[in-house]
Amino acid sequence: MIKVEGLTKRYARHVAVNNISFEVGKGEIVGFLGKNGAGKTTTMRVLTCFLPPTAGKASVAGFDCVEQPIDVKKNIGYLPETPPVYPDMSIQDYLAFVAQLKGIASAEIPKRVNEVMERTSIGDRRATLIGKLSKGFRQRVGIAQAIIHNPPVLILDEPTSGLDPQQQKDARELIASLSGDHTIILSTHILSEVEQSCSKVIIINAGEIITMDTVENLHKRRSGTEMVTLEVGGATAQAVRQKMEEVRGVARVVASTNSAGAVTLEVEGMENFLVRPELAKAVVQSGWSLLEMRTVGASLEEIFLDLTKAEKKAPVAEESK
Amino acid sequence: MRNIFTICGKEVKSYFASPIAYLLMSLFGIIFGFMFFSTTAYFVKMGLQSQMMGRQQPMSVNEFVIQGLFGNASVICLFLIPLISMRLFAEEKRSGTIELLMTSPLHDWEITMGKWLGAMVMYLCMILIAAADISLLFAWGTPDWRPIATGFLGLIFQGGTVLAIGTFISTLTKNQIVAAAATFTTNLLLWVLSWVSAYNDAAWGKVVAYCSILTHFEPFSRGIVDTKDVVFYASAIFLGLFLTTRSIESMRWRA
Repeated sequence: MIKVEGLTKRYARHVAVNNISFEVGKGEIVGFLGKNGAGKTTTMRVLTCFLPPTAGKASVAGFDCVEQPIDVKKNIGYLPETPPVYPDMSIQDYLAFVAQLKGIASAEIPKRVNEVMERTSIGDRRATLIGKLSKGFRQRVGIAQAIIHNPPVLILDEPTSGLDPQQQKDARELIASLSGDHTIILSTHILSEVEQSCSKVIIINAGEIITMDTVENLHKRRSGTEMVTLEVGGATAQAVRQKMEEVRGVARVVASTNSAGAVTLEVEGMENFLVRPELAKAVVQSGWSLLEMRTVGASLEEIFLDLTKAEKKAPVAEESK
Repeated sequence: MRNIFTICGKEVKSYFASPIAYLLMSLFGIIFGFMFFSTTAYFVKMGLQSQMMGRQQPMSVNEFVIQGLFGNASVICLFLIPLISMRLFAEEKRSGTIELLMTSPLHDWEITMGKWLGAMVMYLCMILIAAADISLLFAWGTPDWRPIATGFLGLIFQGGTVLAIGTFISTLTKNQIVAAAATFTTNLLLWVLSWVSAYNDAAWGKVVAYCSILTHFEPFSRGIVDTKDVVFYASAIFLGLFLTTRSIESMRWRA
């Protein structure tokens, strides 16, 4: 659905995006991850035909961003970092205006406006001037204008930036609800957002793609060791720790007693060892109650910091499926 | 065409949703109204005096009142038009809404035309006040309507030209005040260019004077529609709108 090949964008002497290539398939939600100034917005602006590339090619829905900009724009819904809203217009008038710009037939407009207002939960404020809305509501209006013509591709630039935690949650849920019908690229520097919303991640740093993979694979790739947390009842912390240290494949154990009187453990396995079955067996054989067991991957934050640590790393654009 | 009218309609609504439309119409109404009142009162006084002095031929209201009023109106417009054009693109660039227009399936020239036409509608609403004032003359006299029609045609041409220049200048900055000041300065310059012909008979002096906006307005106010004046205004409007479209295109490269 989206294809980028050797894309480069220079501003005078500054190279914002340097020879990046990637593809996004139909229905995927891809997180574009990077620090401020990494080149996320520039890439999105090229894809939306707002900026021309200095070199390379970009196409959306089979249309070239330089040669066929009108066709590309028809197939894209775009939410820039600052929602492009007019404060002196009401939500309803604004959405009708955008619908006209996007080429929706006049007879269809009221229906489409109502649909997107309902989908983004802004219908009860339809007559309110946008200038009087909170930031969260404006963001919703921004998303509503992006989906009004039901485009196959959605490009959302930091859709949750500046929102409070509840608004962020709402925005994430809204984006997740759009995933079935649309191919979505969303840029962010909030890592938990990518973990929750995206099927694939592209990490970009200093204009170059550092990695491109699924969130799951990124977690796996960081280390071959397994981290497990356990909650065990009916034992002392010391006894449980000793028992766990004896289990084959366990490298390190940290134990403490929680407020409920249960023992909480963090167990790190040795490389390429699957320690969970052995841990469970050891707890049960000792006659203790196994209250909880779950694996803990390295946070995406750590992965991101690891990957972006070397500022001028050679680009390693790889994809493991 | 649909896109042009969509943008035009949105612009007109924006003018009337803010105080700017009412402010401009009030300013124009007050200044033009005062001039209309003064000129008419003076004409009535002079008419009575000439009758008492036994003058046979009645004074022409077209020549003594309307022609001068159109000259005044054109100068007032030169000063007020920067306030109409200043926000067209500067505001969109400042607030980031330009991204909406530039990432919607529109051609750059459609954006230009929509904006300019929106500003023209606002301008027409402003000069309608002059039409209302002048129409009062028909209640108590019999002025010739044809020079009045050509006068308004001239005002429309002149306004269109100045708005095209203002629209172009508005694409160059994010600051409305800068856009207004630059448009005002350009208008002033295009006005005073005609003064060159007063002291310079050389060919270049004539060329410079020809570029003055007001030089071409004067025949319209006298009831003359000269092709050369129409061509001048049409070319100037086309140039202004062409530069605006190029400037929008260059925003993509300069962004």
